[in-house]
Amino acid sequence: MAGAYYEKIARINLTTGEIRVEPLDLELAHKFIGGRGLGTKILYDEGVATVDPLSPENKLIYITGPMTGASAPSTGRYMVVTKSPLTGMIACSNSGGIWGAKLKYAGWDAIIVEGQAPEWTYISIVDDKIELLDAREYLGVMSEEMDAKLKEKHGADASVLNIGPAGEKQVLLAAIMNDKDRAAGRSGVGAVMGSKKLKAIVVKATRKSLDNIADVDALKVAAKNALDVLKANPVTGAGLRQLGTAVLVNIVNNIGAFPTKNWQESYYDKGEDISGETLAEKYLVKPGACHRCPIACGRVVNVNGKVVGGPEYEPLWAYGGNCGNNDLNVIDECNMLCNEYGLDAISVPCTIAAAMELYQRGYIKEEECAGVPLEWGSTKALVEWTKRMGNPETELDWLMSSGSARLCEHYGHPEISMSVKKQEMPAYDARAIQGIGITYATSNRGGCHVRGYMISPEVLGLPQQLDRTVTTDKAAWAKTFQDLTAVIDSMGHCLFTSFAMGAKEYTDLLNAATGTSWTVEQVLEIGDRIYNIERMFNKAAGMKPEDDRLPKRLLEEPVVNGPSTGMTSKLPLTLPEYYAARGWVNAFPTDETLKKLGLDECVGR
Amino acid sequence: MIEVRVFATLRQGWDKVTMLCPEDIACAGDVLKKMGIPAGEVSILLVNGFHQKPDFPVKDGDIVALFPPVGGG
Repeated sequence: MAGAYYEKIARINLTTGEIRVEPLDLELAHKFIGGRGLGTKILYDEGVATVDPLSPENKLIYITGPMTGASAPSTGRYMVVTKSPLTGMIACSNSGGIWGAKLKYAGWDAIIVEGQAPEWTYISIVDDKIELLDAREYLGVMSEEMDAKLKEKHGADASVLNIGPAGEKQVLLAAIMNDKDRAAGRSGVGAVMGSKKLKAIVVKATRKSLDNIADVDALKVAAKNALDVLKANPVTGAGLRQLGTAVLVNIVNNIGAFPTKNWQESYYDKGEDISGETLAEKYLVKPGACHRCPIACGRVVNVNGKVVGGPEYEPLWAYGGNCGNNDLNVIDECNMLCNEYGLDAISVPCTIAAAMELYQRGYIKEEECAGVPLEWGSTKALVEWTKRMGNPETELDWLMSSGSARLCEHYGHPEISMSVKKQEMPAYDARAIQGIGITYATSNRGGCHVRGYMISPEVLGLPQQLDRTVTTDKAAWAKTFQDLTAVIDSMGHCLFTSFAMGAKEYTDLLNAATGTSWTVEQVLEIGDRIYNIERMFNKAAGMKPEDDRLPKRLLEEPVVNGPSTGMTSKLPLTLPEYYAARGWVNAFPTDETLKKLGLDECVGR
Repeated sequence: MIEVRVFATLRQGWDKVTMLCPEDIACAGDVLKKMGIPAGEVSILLVNGFHQKPDFPVKDGDIVALFPPVGGG
């Protein structure tokens, strides 16, 4: 058996009910590692790029990496790879918890779901045995309740992945939830699951760890080293456990890069009220951790007497400053609602923020708001519109649940949507931090920070401090971060390990687990290859060079308040440098680049 | 006055905000000394919102923000 892969993929056709077991192409797995990389390669080869994302022809791949579930720190990740109905391009949403590890322990590298079930269905996986079961009685059930119901039916040792009402209704901002409050949140993957009438996948496994590691002793050494590195690092060893990602509110606000009121401002004078420090003081019950994770960045909070998963930095910002709201308890509540309806807790509040600006400027009229005007800072609006977007009924409900790009386009003001490739940008103002703008503009899945987290060097000083205000060398840094991130994701590791670990540690872990003998350079080249296959998927899906862009506001409207006043994004300078570093012309790889990366099948396409 | 803001775990030892008289303070490092904050505990030092080193000059009206090592995403 090949190290760390079970060499088994289940292909489930929901139209016919056929369940086929296919061997994993091991050579391909090594070439793309697994997870994000391998999933994209499979979709590309199977011609998914040109299909309608919400049609039965789209495919939904739940895929692990070779490290998923391995005896090494922070290996609880799985990915959902599909064609996004939000962006029309590649989607890869990554989630923690334990579901991914259980899928692997059950002996599966990936599940490929095709077609559309005639009636609402859920999938039960118990080791080798896969069954399609009737889900009609669960229609409309909220995500957390669904988790409880299926655990009650299948046993407490079952791990549940599901969609809430938003996914059922094919809301374009719908997430896939697992283990109650973990989310494959972005790019509307929940809508694809809903389009297939697939409500849930429940997994049980006899194995409690991987029994197919290539070199157990080498993995022990590499894992011990990784754990030591994580524990010794003040961020991964203590900081994230104490304050979670929420700690970023104050630092990002204090440098004047905290988008406020839909990016009209960049400093929020009430930032302290919604900070990680305030969250810890007032609402934190305890930290939460995914499978085999010593970092424990998760927040468990008390929302009006209910103990639930708490907000990350992103929703704190998006429901907070970006909507002009400083009521932290309401952010906790809205975050909980996103989890229950199964919604992207970044794109939903960012779309509400865009709607609030449309309302501010008189484009959305009060009479359209069905009794809940979209006023800045209105806690009632945040709660009610989140519920409406999770279960839309009126025209405006549907428009908002389709994301800010479609919403703002409808009102004739696309410039108000703070999105890239129709996906909302996250919580760092790219006018104030030059490198992160490259990541946003070139991210294959649209507006996203975790495709190359330039905040690490530009704000947090990790691994070294770069000047956030300049463009020098940022293109090369962004490319390297993107490539390494593609590797970490594809391995099944949590990206947060990279605050402490470097390419060497990942290479050692990968080689020990899979039996490969890659050098660090070769592993980074795999990351480059993954980034390029994603780009080729997008090209086949109809992406145009002008899709690598930032909203006009970031290029033409200087920051109006706070420390970064007067700054704009210099993307027109950095983008050509980035393309040169990638070996791309007009946003796409040259044939020479494709050949160099071993993507000969893409040449000429 | 110089406004000194501390964040995250530094708040376990120091007040959120301290106003310091600018006399005897020439640079950000002097702020740390005056507050009794070991330089090793500070990972990110901002003066008026921009990352600086301890030898960066500070003056009356400046805001100095101090963070321990932090990460997130």
